[in-house]
Amino acid sequence: MNASEQEGMTPLVKKLMRTRSLLPHTEVFDNTHALIETNSSEWDEFYRNRWSHDKVVRSTHGVNCTGSCAWDVYVKDGLITWEHQGTDYPTTGPDSPEYEPRGCPRGASFSWYTYSPGRVKYPYIRGVLLEMYQAAKREHSDPVDAWESLVESPLKATMYKQARGKGGFVRADWELATEMIAAAHVYTTKKYGPDRCVGFTPIPAMSMASFGVGTRFLSMIGGTLLSFYDWYADLPPASPQIWGDQTDVPESGDWWNSSYMIMWGSNIPITRTPDAHFLTETRYKGTKVVAVSPDYAENVKFADDWLAPAPGTDGALALAMGHVILAEFYRDRTVPYFEQYSKQFTDLPFLVRLEPGEDGVFTVGKFLTAADLPEAGVTGATGTRSEFRPVYLDSVTGKITVPNGTLADRWTDEGKGRWNLDLEGQDPVLSLYEDSFEGVASRGVEVVLPRFDEGETEGGTVMNRGVPAVDVAGITVTTVYDLMLANYGVGRDGLPGQWALGYDDASVVGTPAWQEEMSGVPQEQCARIAREFARNAELTQGRSMIVMGAGTNHWYHSDTIYRTFISLLTLTGCQGKNGGGWAHYVGQEKARPVTGQQHMSFALDWQRPTRHMAGTAFWYVATDQWRYDGFDAAELMSPASGKRLGRTSFADCLAQAQRLGWTPGHPGFDRNPLQICDEAAALGQPVADYVVDQLREGKLKFAIEDPDAPENFPRVLTLWRSNLIGNSAKGNEYFLRHLLGTTDAVRGMETPHEMRPKDITWRENAARGKLDLLTTIDFRMTGSALFSDIVLPAATWYEKQDLSTTDMHPFVHALNAAITPAWESRTDYDAFLVIADKVSEMSKVHLGTRTDVVAAPLTHDTPDEMAQPHGVVQDWKTGEVDPIPGVTMPRLVTIERDYTKIGEKMRAVGPLISTAGTTVKGVTIVPESAIEHLAKLNGVQREGVAKGRPRLESAYHFCEAILALSGATNGEVSVAGFKELEKRVGKKMHDLAEENEERKITFAQALSGPQPVFTTYEWSGSEKGGRRYSPFTINLEKEKPWHTITGRQHYFVDHDWMQALGEQLPVYRPPLDMARHYGDQGFTDGKGTGVTVRYLTPHSKWSIHSQYQDNPYMLGLSRGGPVIWMSVEDAAEAGIKDNEWIEAVNRNGVVTCRAVVSHRMPQGTAYMYHSKDRNIDVPKTETSGKRGGIHNALTMIMMKPSHFLGGYGQFTYAFNYYGPTGNQRDELTVIRRRSQEVQY
Amino acid sequence: MRVMSQVAMVMNLDKCIGCHTCSVTCKQTWTNRDGVEYVWFNNVETKPGLGYPRGYEDQDRWRGGWELDRKGKLRLRSGGRLRRLANIFANPDLPSLDDYYEPATYDFDQLVTAPAGDDVPVARPKSAITGKDMKIEWGANWDDDLAGSPEIAHLDPNLKGMADKVKMSFEQTFMFHLPRICEHCLNPACVSACPSSAMYKRVEDGIVLVDQDKCRGWRMCVSACPYKKVYINHQTGKAEKCTFCFPRIEAGMPTVCAETCVGRLRYIGIVLYDADGVEAAASVKDDSELLDAQRNIILDPFDPEVLAAARAEGIPEDWLKAAQESPIYKLIHKYKIALPLHPEYRTMPMVWYVPPLSPVLDVTEELGSDNTSADEVFHTIASLRIPMQYLASIFSAGDVDVVAGVLMKLAGMRTYMRNRTVGGKISTDIIEKIGMSGEDIEEMYRLLAIAKMSDRY
Repeated sequence: MNASEQEGMTPLVKKLMRTRSLLPHTEVFDNTHALIETNSSEWDEFYRNRWSHDKVVRSTHGVNCTGSCAWDVYVKDGLITWEHQGTDYPTTGPDSPEYEPRGCPRGASFSWYTYSPGRVKYPYIRGVLLEMYQAAKREHSDPVDAWESLVESPLKATMYKQARGKGGFVRADWELATEMIAAAHVYTTKKYGPDRCVGFTPIPAMSMASFGVGTRFLSMIGGTLLSFYDWYADLPPASPQIWGDQTDVPESGDWWNSSYMIMWGSNIPITRTPDAHFLTETRYKGTKVVAVSPDYAENVKFADDWLAPAPGTDGALALAMGHVILAEFYRDRTVPYFEQYSKQFTDLPFLVRLEPGEDGVFTVGKFLTAADLPEAGVTGATGTRSEFRPVYLDSVTGKITVPNGTLADRWTDEGKGRWNLDLEGQDPVLSLYEDSFEGVASRGVEVVLPRFDEGETEGGTVMNRGVPAVDVAGITVTTVYDLMLANYGVGRDGLPGQWALGYDDASVVGTPAWQEEMSGVPQEQCARIAREFARNAELTQGRSMIVMGAGTNHWYHSDTIYRTFISLLTLTGCQGKNGGGWAHYVGQEKARPVTGQQHMSFALDWQRPTRHMAGTAFWYVATDQWRYDGFDAAELMSPASGKRLGRTSFADCLAQAQRLGWTPGHPGFDRNPLQICDEAAALGQPVADYVVDQLREGKLKFAIEDPDAPENFPRVLTLWRSNLIGNSAKGNEYFLRHLLGTTDAVRGMETPHEMRPKDITWRENAARGKLDLLTTIDFRMTGSALFSDIVLPAATWYEKQDLSTTDMHPFVHALNAAITPAWESRTDYDAFLVIADKVSEMSKVHLGTRTDVVAAPLTHDTPDEMAQPHGVVQDWKTGEVDPIPGVTMPRLVTIERDYTKIGEKMRAVGPLISTAGTTVKGVTIVPESAIEHLAKLNGVQREGVAKGRPRLESAYHFCEAILALSGATNGEVSVAGFKELEKRVGKKMHDLAEENEERKITFAQALSGPQPVFTTYEWSGSEKGGRRYSPFTINLEKEKPWHTITGRQHYFVDHDWMQALGEQLPVYRPPLDMARHYGDQGFTDGKGTGVTVRYLTPHSKWSIHSQYQDNPYMLGLSRGGPVIWMSVEDAAEAGIKDNEWIEAVNRNGVVTCRAVVSHRMPQGTAYMYHSKDRNIDVPKTETSGKRGGIHNALTMIMMKPSHFLGGYGQFTYAFNYYGPTGNQRDELTVIRRRSQEVQY
Repeated sequence: MRVMSQVAMVMNLDKCIGCHTCSVTCKQTWTNRDGVEYVWFNNVETKPGLGYPRGYEDQDRWRGGWELDRKGKLRLRSGGRLRRLANIFANPDLPSLDDYYEPATYDFDQLVTAPAGDDVPVARPKSAITGKDMKIEWGANWDDDLAGSPEIAHLDPNLKGMADKVKMSFEQTFMFHLPRICEHCLNPACVSACPSSAMYKRVEDGIVLVDQDKCRGWRMCVSACPYKKVYINHQTGKAEKCTFCFPRIEAGMPTVCAETCVGRLRYIGIVLYDADGVEAAASVKDDSELLDAQRNIILDPFDPEVLAAARAEGIPEDWLKAAQESPIYKLIHKYKIALPLHPEYRTMPMVWYVPPLSPVLDVTEELGSDNTSADEVFHTIASLRIPMQYLASIFSAGDVDVVAGVLMKLAGMRTYMRNRTVGGKISTDIIEKIGMSGEDIEEMYRLLAIAKMSDRY
């Protein structure tokens, strides 16, 4: 029963219609001031008619807003008129606000697009390309041959590539457009390799079938699929680093359970509009709310306290808050709840090796593991792979003990039933300060730790602190806890090193006074908020929460910022508690029915694996941004550990990470993988052996080693559900120059000689126009569509069927078709089926059945996590180790692909799922009854390669398959998954799912309204009995380990590269010093004075990414086009008045727009709200003479090496789980007033 | 006593997130048609700011609402019947399109149809009125979230005489949002000003409407309305305004703006009032007495005398029941936390507001000396960020004590509830301080915080 049904209709106004008819019809009541009457005329029919409608259809919006709101779409005379929010959410219970009504002004204006004059109504092809293709077809009747003649002609190719983005579209039909698209895929696969066919579509959760149909097609042909969560910088790398988990956060209804909320870089009213009411409402329950924001953002008005740190200094503030908590709640006083939590659920008691250096000062080494010790000296959960059994000191026995639940217990035979967090009576020692080992008391030793707030490079300098240490089998060790106190500057009597005299001692890293010098936040305020936060957690056993967002997650060093935040939560026992913990909301990453979604989308029912690629790394190479780096990895390295990265240029680091199997590299080799397999077959050699031999001999190279070689280009790129070129492309102008080969406004210089990569070929002239074909499928003429060669008209969100979920609420619901797709538009589902059929047809001549070899990285949640012990870097290329696929280098997997059967396979659930089963987060089950259920719902294919298998002929079928295969939506699957997991954990868990064992959510149900999902092994929170979702409650309550090396939540990480970067512990790294790296960025052309500011692109009030920024309602309620917000002071300095035209310039490009001047902006910072495409009211710039750039014209990709290390524990790759972020907040720009006479 | 019923609204500004969903759903439903491109029956304003149309609250300029003449009798500020007739063809108090804004459209089709050229196609703004190219210089919500504040915010009429107290500086920034619809006043100036008797107040529910058949487009309603919530359709020449969604209300549905309010801050309900007392209540001499006069004209729906009189007027039983369950009555009368917008206009508006608590302190304020324990997490009411006088100039005709009293109740409720939910304590001191019983506080908390749909409408 839903909330409104339960409560009945609104009682106050429901009988008015009847009453009205009973009233006297003409009555005038006039005392000269008020005239009251009942009018008998029928004039009001106009309004009644306007309100009337023929039907109301439930749908939602697929726009990566995290809303997943239920909308009622009104239809009259076959036309969509408007939309209002549905209010029938399942109830949250009598003592909590309901979810209704979810929505926002952007979503409320969506229906405008249906009939907008800018809608893509027909397929379009740029005229110059179309003419060439038609001419080629006259010479070559075969489309693939025709395509070849075109793209292999340098003259022709250059002509149509240079025309990209410059108008001249010609209306075409589906037949011709899809023929060209299919021909390009077949030709590229045949000539260069299937991995040169690339697809980019983000965020499955916002429309899973539309996402999955295209990725399924590309998976089947062997194409490359690009990740997006990391590329958008929405992925918090701290989450995999700490928890071995991509992201798992509370639903917004759980804010209600909090009693202390800090909003840190998350502007809730703007970016979580439908959820914001839980924030305003929980205040009335007595929840304290704190806002941390550099500007007076919209959320600040709801806060009891406002902390306004300088942009990017949040890590300093959080570090000092940690200093206060460690001092007052750990050192000075023991809080039993915190202490017990730390011992059982964090790595604080684990022992760390201290490596002796010169002068008796130690550096911080690796976790001490059972492998470091003689067998006799260790007790507890011992066994094989002892290098993955980190240890602590147990005060009960006084012995070095391997606890249950470490990584070795997860993957070895003897760990079965033992992978849990049951301490089994042990009492791990947190601090060695007052402890002894084998009768020898601990001694204070001096350690060197990194600091980054000073020093000549980004690597900073060092500080000396002391820790209590003991010797174990000749190895000096301390605990993570003791290192934490040292790192945070919390002193104890008798330890060596430099310590703070008090909170007001600004000379010592970690104190409130020290952070004030970085952030500007008053030290008293910092200390008070920290104290209140921890005290609240103590009183409530963990109901303190930090809502964190893009404001703090889009920095180059966001992982360090987040680690300082999350430490505040783990130190106070807030993770895994309702109303507490981290609440990271950046991107709609949570596809709740994840098992079905992943297996269907990546065609894992037919073959495995898929060519998943880290998006940022791909674009960095493909758009040649690696050629413009102004500094290198040496710049980042901390002098604290003495470790070095193997290479210094970021591109070299990336190449090394790819060849060691840490992170994926697609396109893979410098040769067509189909050809490689042919060569191996001709020699009668296993493919993997052949590849290893060729690599060893240097005859085969990785594609990344020569990105500007034509054989290594990505050739075909398809965009759907995305606006890459008009929005998310960091370094947008580099995309235009190198990937597309059209006009650009790049202003920067290439990397100076001494910093250029050593392992990568530097060609004197970088490639321009690498892509042969760019296709966009959309209903809007976005920036991506404008630059595409072919644009296919997509159905809107009110014209198709699909599934939607979000992490903000626990419901799965549907998109539905209020009308059939208008004009010649088609659903993504239908579009890709046509393309797949055409590829199959053309393949009869050109491809047939071929063997492909996929170089897949070492993968998270598999035994690959134990491939490279201790995270020690050993490079086969330099002979340090042998190249062993799956151990020291990528796995090499062969897949047989019958290219003539792609269309058939698309249309059915493949047989592999019935044998290999489904695997998610390391749990494998064979869902045979779910397949039988699905066969009944969808019917089965009667003939062909998929004979007898459940049909996937429509998006409806596809959605049913997702729901049937997932534990979140199929109770039987959930129980089976938990039972499987129990075998490893050794604790009862399936009781969490039993209440739903008989229940299945079908797509028909989802169409009727939001359906609450089931507790499942796929996620970490329990929703049993209608409980609000909060992550990791299962970990706490069922003692299930996190997916990390210790099985606990990590403060400490010890991969070689993390050591080299000085990031073993939570640290403060300031924003990159761009002024030092890039100088004044060449803004010296004498065209007026400017002001240099930090350039930030927070999420906008009037758009969701680039969607809605072209919608007249949103334009009418805002300034009607792109703007940059500036402070009063900065505007005055540059002579700029409100609403005047300005230009913003740096090395990466140029933006022109109008200024908004406001005193709510801090001096030195400007905002261009994300995201501004170039298609609305953007004139030509004075700087380039061309159309102004998008907001990302001023950014570029900056790679952080720690984001692509791998092969070790939680540092192993998975799609959207780990990878370099497309961060963009560290940039500076120069803003100046320009001529007010603008040209278009 | 003549009992009448009125459908009224309360908006809790303390919950308003300024998202404008109400504006968009209202516009989509009612005014996305020719002639009313610039019209927003529902709009949301940022305070401090100029509002829409700009500066509408400056009645010295626009002469909207009522005033007392020398004899203490009510008259329209726009003048007597004679002055209005004299100006019937050239109303000097009428906002121009510039005071609203010139709505824009864009040549979106350019993006699809642009011929091959040397640059990226772009959609330029065009006037929706003239079709000509334009630079956008003003909008329906131009100063949203303090946009353009150095040139705009200090012109807010409510800041008159407060220049020394309210500085537009980063450290002292404050703002809140004010959603507005027609007030459906008990003493509507627009109705009285209409020369054609086209405007009327429905007897059964008090909704103020324009009879489109009778309207002759004299526009006196536009200038007489101090809230500027009557608009001219420039195609038909006739007045249009918020209808309180009567086709929905009649079908038992809340207004579009209320149902789609994502902040869940709008309440709708029936109140009973004494129609015979309207004139006297609107005519009290002192502005500061207006609030009480308005409150008191709203009748106690549990009073047997009132019920008897209501039945005598033919008000049906389910309406009386609705009036008893009305959240509006509770918010206005029982808890006394809802206040009318500009009571000094003397139109007796029927959309009331709970003022915003917004208690953030000065960002740079030294709080280190605040040595209270970590268990005392809330600041005192004396340190509110929004200047109390500013709120008073909007909601209580300048009476600071009234606004402070409301905010004390909200703050008191928070502390009371924190003590109960975190500490498990009942705070009797708070009960005494804000003059509410523990039960009343908990009831008010449920109405404001849990706010189920059936409690809101």
